[in-house]
Amino acid sequence: MRTIEQYLPDHPFFEGLDGPTLALAAGCATNISLAAGEYLCHEGDAADQFFVVRRGRVAIEVHGPAAGTLVLDTADEGDVVGWSWLVPPYVSTFDARASEATGVVAFDGACLRGKCDSDSHLGYELMKRVTQVMNGRLVAAQIRLLDLYGGPGATDAAPR
Amino acid sequence: MPRLAEPTAVQPVESAMVPRLFRLVDRRQDTADTFTIMLEPNDGVPLAFIPGQFTMLSAFGVGEVPISVSGDAHVAGPLQHTVRDVGAVTHALARTAVGDVMGVRGPYGTGWDVADGHSRDVVFVGGGIGLAPLRPAVLEVLAHREDYGRVVLLYGARSPEELLFVDELKQWEDQGMEVLVTVDYGRESWQGRVGLVTKLIPRAGFDPMSTLALICGPEVMMRHTALALVGRGVRASRIRVSLERNMRCGVGLCGHCQYRELFVCVDGPVLPYAQVTGLLGLREV
Repeated sequence: MRTIEQYLPDHPFFEGLDGPTLALAAGCATNISLAAGEYLCHEGDAADQFFVVRRGRVAIEVHGPAAGTLVLDTADEGDVVGWSWLVPPYVSTFDARASEATGVVAFDGACLRGKCDSDSHLGYELMKRVTQVMNGRLVAAQIRLLDLYGGPGATDAAPR
Repeated sequence: MPRLAEPTAVQPVESAMVPRLFRLVDRRQDTADTFTIMLEPNDGVPLAFIPGQFTMLSAFGVGEVPISVSGDAHVAGPLQHTVRDVGAVTHALARTAVGDVMGVRGPYGTGWDVADGHSRDVVFVGGGIGLAPLRPAVLEVLAHREDYGRVVLLYGARSPEELLFVDELKQWEDQGMEVLVTVDYGRESWQGRVGLVTKLIPRAGFDPMSTLALICGPEVMMRHTALALVGRGVRASRIRVSLERNMRCGVGLCGHCQYRELFVCVDGPVLPYAQVTGLLGLREV
């Protein structure tokens, strides 16, 4: 198995980061393995980590009394989970659960924030990447709000 | 002010407007609101079609609807349509029983022309009921699997319960197709992917420089999918979409399906993305 330093340059989230900056980030990271059903974080927890998925699948969930547990999104190899570590008050907004045997690189949020504060290049690069992830999820959420595949607007006029 | 030319008298195409009678010989409930009907012609003459074409199905006394053919174009057998029960006519079709007779006009419109993907990778992207019009093209490609490179299906649906052709998806994988599925929302028990169908595009194994992509689904989905495919390097000219418009006559006479300069019933429903890039997403076209 490759070390974190060897793996990160191949991960889409870190693509293009120079070696010293990657090494700085990798200093805050550890490998974690999760069995199916184990949680990475729960809604309301301190968001003191974010995760880079190496293998397996992570389900992003929300729980409501009427709806039960809904999976809103999934993150597979190459995706990242969590941006609350970067946004005050650093509290997780969703549950994240391994839906199968999963390996992640877990970054210590406080460690990374500290390094971002003292190294503006790292801070800017991570901010750009996290913003891209947030933008992608926001656009996807907005499109899904349209209920494309069968909302009440469907009619006989063009039923396929 | 220049005088408009006298309108040309339009000759009614009687044969195209008179439905043939077909009898329901079998029926399958695919999801809670989607079903597949199998029809045999009363006159015994099979209805030949090319993948991507649609027919006008009549529920007598209620009306007509345009529905794409979802069966295999190259295998003898009943004519298949997969229909979602969303309005008066489709609801009437949903209530038909084996032995009932309905009207069929067509087939109409353009096809996917999958043979154009020979020696290339072929990527199918279906959204919701949009997988049904793609199915004949999928079957054609898989029947001639050796003529194509990598074959990929990216399929998105609202929920796991609304996925179509679930058993067939597994068979298609066994026949050498990469099948990636995602849903908009899943329960805790759903082990698959959740998210937009576009998120599957970076994960699929195909060579964008040598790919024919066929997309069928809601227009917003097709627009975002086409953009994502172009973003991965697929040429716009190698992407086809199937447009959904209010087809009525099916032969370009009535104008109900006019989409600026196009009549979707005759110029489409399958059109090159490059031809409609500027139209998709426009309001009041």
